[in-house]
Amino acid sequence: MTTKTLLASAALALGLATGATAQDTTTVGFVYVGPIGDGGWTYEHNKARLAVEEHFGDAVETVFVESVPEGPDAERVMTQMALQGADLIFTTSFGYMDATINVAAQFPDVKFEHATGYKRADNVSTYSARFYEGRAVQGHIAGQMTESNIIGYIASYPIPEVIRGINAAYLHAQEVNPDVEFRIIWAYTWFDPAKEAEAANVLIEQGADVILQHTDSTAPQAAAQAAGNVVTFGQASDMAEFAPFPRVSSIIDDWAPYYIARTQAVIDGTWESMDTWDGIGPGMVGIGEITDAVPADIKASAEDLIERLRTGEYHAFTGPINRQDGSVWLADGEIADDGTLAGMNFYVEGITAEIPQ
Amino acid sequence: MDLSSINPVLLLASLMVAATPIMLAAIGELVVERAGVLNLGVEGMMITGAVCGFVVAVGTNSPWIGFAGAALGGALISLIFGFLTQFLLSNQVATGLALTLFGLGLSALMGQGYIGIKAPAFPDWYIPVLGDIPVIGPIIFQHDPMVYVGLALVAAVWGFLRYSRAGLILRAVGENHEAAHALGYHVVRVRMLAIMFGGACAGLGGAYLSLVRVPQWTEGMTAGAGWIALAIVVFASWRPGRLLLGAYLFGGVTVLQLNLQAAGAAIAVEYLSMAPYLATIAVLVIMRAGRAPGSLGQSFHASR
Repeated sequence: MTTKTLLASAALALGLATGATAQDTTTVGFVYVGPIGDGGWTYEHNKARLAVEEHFGDAVETVFVESVPEGPDAERVMTQMALQGADLIFTTSFGYMDATINVAAQFPDVKFEHATGYKRADNVSTYSARFYEGRAVQGHIAGQMTESNIIGYIASYPIPEVIRGINAAYLHAQEVNPDVEFRIIWAYTWFDPAKEAEAANVLIEQGADVILQHTDSTAPQAAAQAAGNVVTFGQASDMAEFAPFPRVSSIIDDWAPYYIARTQAVIDGTWESMDTWDGIGPGMVGIGEITDAVPADIKASAEDLIERLRTGEYHAFTGPINRQDGSVWLADGEIADDGTLAGMNFYVEGITAEIPQ
Repeated sequence: MDLSSINPVLLLASLMVAATPIMLAAIGELVVERAGVLNLGVEGMMITGAVCGFVVAVGTNSPWIGFAGAALGGALISLIFGFLTQFLLSNQVATGLALTLFGLGLSALMGQGYIGIKAPAFPDWYIPVLGDIPVIGPIIFQHDPMVYVGLALVAAVWGFLRYSRAGLILRAVGENHEAAHALGYHVVRVRMLAIMFGGACAGLGGAYLSLVRVPQWTEGMTAGAGWIALAIVVFASWRPGRLLLGAYLFGGVTVLQLNLQAAGAAIAVEYLSMAPYLATIAVLVIMRAGRAPGSLGQSFHASR
């Protein structure tokens, strides 16, 4: 045994020891990809963490590390958390997937919850929200609000979740406005306000009068506000400070009920590895208030769409839908299965851009 | 692909804006390094400037006072670095890195109550006559004043280093601090002033992001701009002219690649995304002729 493994096992023993003394409190760890003050994605996860603290009071202690890069650093942070006695660790970004699986293998007694991923293990659950339902609503409004028929889309990384969002938005924009065109910029970052502002400005310069964003800061909102006549939607968080215009609605992630339920499961000893994917119906995806900047008839039809998504009467990916190359994906009335959605790596027919491979 | 949707005038105009924060931070660091000090804390000083500028601008409702506050904030935090490295002779690399971490944390703390607040407007200058020239007018003469402040700073630093006696002393301190000391120059004082200038410039660069470019406060909003500024100083061989070129090249290719993406250019996005870095490094390496200041990164104490 090398010194390193000796040290590691000593540290592990120490971690377990402290875990044992603090038997009655459950420690829940959170790993964030951005700062808790980003006003978007991480902000909402942290809000849910605070909700967990409030719900359980002294019975649960939470710890978090913010702005953790996706990569080896994430593994280090998770290991540290597990060593310090965390019982349950939420890793809240797609890019933490492999790191979560690796660390979980070393700590079989610690439960892990990975957001938006697809790899599971006995002590690793995955959870995500059906953001695409919210994207469908955005597309529905955006398609009718645009006058230039050009909609700008600031995308982050070419992963299924983002591609799904683009497809859902496009399908529903095109449904109400057949002439609509999507201009997509891949920012290759979740959070870089300067770059997001630049991307928004470029899209506006190229004629976009609606900007959809799948990055986490409010910078595109500010850019749209400066431009004056550009519509935006809040991403991950309500971003209500930009309402009623340019922000006319938003997708709000509400993780609190899920985090509370999973923490309770750990306390009760009923925690099991599972995959959760909830949408508007169970409340994991919320749609922020549609402001009066949206004409009443558009607002009414959007609210009708939200209602049909909520009750499950309508699925955001209902055929007929063709793939970008023209081949049939879904026949008339056919509904997309979760497996295809989870691994979506193609655009639907009508989008002219290409997905970076 | 629809390249006609890219407006070259708007592209060149946004190039100047995109380059300004990096240029401001880099010109300050250039002076610091020419004085023989390697301050890796640019990112930390930038973000501190960003939050100081934002807080002051919101408080006074004046972007100009905000920029002054940002320069002051950047200079103050750089004083910590100066004190540690110049008087306590700590390792410059380690101290600079610590300054970055400290700045990121401090700014997050200072900015607590300022998330989601809007900055006071900082309108563009429409310079009469010059701004009306077709094509060139909108590209060069219709920006916010800080773009010109940045250019003026680069020109001033160039003139200062090349023609002034003080600039000669600063360079002497950077090239060989023992010789400069033997000639009777106060090495530590010169370096402290250079460090403060560097901090102030980085602060201005950060505030340009929080007051003009974005414009709002978000934690960690510099997102690595300080590191780009550091790299540009090195690749520009510590010369102000090349630094200007490097910053504009980087800003220009950044904006161009976003434009090409939005226009649906048939180039893989990965290549477009790495283009700003590749282009800047390639051009500056090809032109490279300079060498680092002789005493760069070394601690100085008069007793040795």
